[in-house]
Amino acid sequence: MSKDFNTFNNVVRLPHKYAAGATFTKFYNGLKKGIIYGSSCSSCEKVFIPARSFCPGCLTNLDEVVEIAQEGEVISWAFSDKEFFGMPGKPPVIIALIKLDGTDCNFLHLLGGMETKDLDAVKSVVKTGIRVKAVWNDEKNGHMLDIKYFKPVS
Amino acid sequence: MGTVISASSDVFHGGISCANSYYWDAGAAFLKNASRQDGESLFAFSYAIMRILSGSYDSALVLGVCKGSENPENDMLTHFFTDPFYQRQIGLNETIAAALQKREYMDRYGITEEQCAGVVVKNLGNALRNPYAHIKKKVEIDDVLASEVVMDPLRSMECAPKSEGIIAMLLAKEDLAKKLTDKPVWFKGYGSSIDKFYLGDRDLLDGQLKTAAMRAYDVAGITDPKKEIDVAEICEPYAFQELLWYEDLGFCERGEGGKFFDSGATKIDGKIPVNPSGGVIANNPYVSRGLYRLAEGFLQIRGQAGERQLDTKVTTALAHGTHGFAGQCHAVAIIGN
Repeated sequence: MSKDFNTFNNVVRLPHKYAAGATFTKFYNGLKKGIIYGSSCSSCEKVFIPARSFCPGCLTNLDEVVEIAQEGEVISWAFSDKEFFGMPGKPPVIIALIKLDGTDCNFLHLLGGMETKDLDAVKSVVKTGIRVKAVWNDEKNGHMLDIKYFKPVS
Repeated sequence: MGTVISASSDVFHGGISCANSYYWDAGAAFLKNASRQDGESLFAFSYAIMRILSGSYDSALVLGVCKGSENPENDMLTHFFTDPFYQRQIGLNETIAAALQKREYMDRYGITEEQCAGVVVKNLGNALRNPYAHIKKKVEIDDVLASEVVMDPLRSMECAPKSEGIIAMLLAKEDLAKKLTDKPVWFKGYGSSIDKFYLGDRDLLDGQLKTAAMRAYDVAGITDPKKEIDVAEICEPYAFQELLWYEDLGFCERGEGGKFFDSGATKIDGKIPVNPSGGVIANNPYVSRGLYRLAEGFLQIRGQAGERQLDTKVTTALAHGTHGFAGQCHAVAIIGN
């Protein structure tokens, strides 16, 4: 359908500055030291990652952080070789849900450390249920991507 | 009319903060007790229903507004559904969340790519008869399977488009409704539920639609949805979700969505037609898509659905809306005559 009226472009830039709060600050400070912190709920006996200030199940206050294992199992994964808005780094990227050992939820992070040039190459290595472990960046700034990715354990 | 409730989104309406300011006048809301709900429009419907049930208003106008053509790509906006501390840093958006959900669904229950693609073929086939549909083309399973991979395991034709859509729906209390029309359609039930926020905290194959549906069925007095629902219009922004939602709505058992689809039960001439309008795969005015489902149910009950009118008698219709990643929140409305 043709339009007989004008259109114009408008780009909206909205810079924000977020307060990370007490719990995420502890979590990010852990990442700077190469430690992944979660929270343990004494009421549900469940362990959540990342660390949080209350239990998502029973709403109990969670004050203490606990160190989480850096290995786990891939629950699901998605692959893209095209750039998309908000993409962490350059394509290709594999975003995964990973159940780290001893936790009761899945951790959203990246998979890497294998051939990712095309989907077939990825599929030859990455499957639901494979074991992976954290690989860290040398420089850590207190950011989720201080963990470079999770790499398949051979 | 007594009050106006609208649904629109500041990010899904051309980046206009306070999106309603641009349609409030045309929506007859000035100088009235008007309010807005941001997100899925079926929630706005429940808001309006409550205003009438409270006895404070005889009538309410519900609006759902989304002008997709003015927006950037859907996922540039859904990326901002994320929290900035965790999920945004990993790049999450709605399509990634759906891709993770689809792979789990295929892995856990053996749902096939052909079954997922079949939903696209069915819904776009139905949309050919719907003058309000955005995507109108006849497609085969192979076309869907050959479409571009956008986020493996999701292909472009399995993902809903970015569409325009405005709905206006007038609600009235019983005595006024009977004066306004000789074919009123009645509110029977409503339920909603919201899952946890972080994707990793949820079982993506056992979400809150089941709870929302049970609440709606309870209010409507429905005990056997398979028999009592004559038509269902449901929100499937990603084709495979229609199969998963069949299970949550109680049309089939957990994990049986693919087989149920293969039985043909949800075709336009099946036992329980789902999305005779073509669904969200054919038309995705993001915020107003849930209210569209309800409007389609309304037209089916009144026998005014034109070429897509079902051959069977429609007395009870189900409408479903969803918002958030991988179906984080759901609303179900039941209407009938």
